Amino acid sequence: MRLLRNLAALGAGLLFGLGLIVSGMADPAKVLGFLDLAGQWDPSLALVMGGAIAIGLPAFTLARKRQRTLLGEPMQLPTARTIDRRLVLGSLLFGIGWGIAGICPGPALVLLGMASGKGLAFVLAMLVGMLLFRWSERFWAK
Amino acid sequence: MDIAWNAFTPVASLAGGLLIGAAASVLVLCNGRIAGISGIVAGLLPPSASDRAWRALFVLGLLLAPLLVSLASALPAPRIDAGYAAIVLAGLLVGVGTRYGAGCTSGHGVCGLSRLSPRSAVATACFMAAGFLSVYLLRHVPGLQGVLP
Repeated sequence: MRLLRNLAALGAGLLFGLGLIVSGMADPAKVLGFLDLAGQWDPSLALVMGGAIAIGLPAFTLARKRQRTLLGEPMQLPTARTIDRRLVLGSLLFGIGWGIAGICPGPALVLLGMASGKGLAFVLAMLVGMLLFRWSERFWAK
Repeated sequence: MDIAWNAFTPVASLAGGLLIGAAASVLVLCNGRIAGISGIVAGLLPPSASDRAWRALFVLGLLLAPLLVSLASALPAPRIDAGYAAIVLAGLLVGVGTRYGAGCTSGHGVCGLSRLSPRSAVATACFMAAGFLSVYLLRHVPGLQGVLP
């Protein structure tokens, strides 16, 4: 089942990227148009979330009822339920960064796939940010 | 509120959203994993998670999607107005923030809201609010406009 599992991951990535391009999420100016409530507001991206949840809701409802996936893999859904400072502060920091450039992690990878120089710069900075966070966690844990 | 009807793309955005939902559904129903891009990418960074193969292949799919689209039709050119300094600052904030908050638009937004997770709903409300605020400050507050090169 390893081959099928890997094919499913590749297919899901392709489909996800396709959705980001078709929806306009991979166009940072359009994303900023959605985040700019006080300017000329483009509500399009609300429909991206709506469409994604319309499909995701039944799929995740089914997933929650199963111990194993269709391919026999263990179902690994998140177990964290705490709403704490980490969740809130982290999400606020992410949102500030998202608003600066109009790019979140998925579209960043799609932009990199378009051979965009700014896409590459964003992805590298994002990876550095992730590593900095990981190292600082380990530093403070000691 | 002023709505930019000329920029409004309801059909394409809804269709793209359905594709994104389908992708997240494939990943959870076949592999039992959440399609959270920041978490999937972070698992590839050293010291990496033990399950690198599916993570790398999912990322590869995202990277190859533009190529796939370009085979079928003209690929719309992305418009990135931010300069390199702003891009790097934004990337750093997104990297740190998504790890600290354990998720991004895909993991907390698409998957978390689909799971009806209160934790993800709070995260989504926070990053949406911060995104709105960030754009407001940088676009509409005199003195802050153009402050990031």
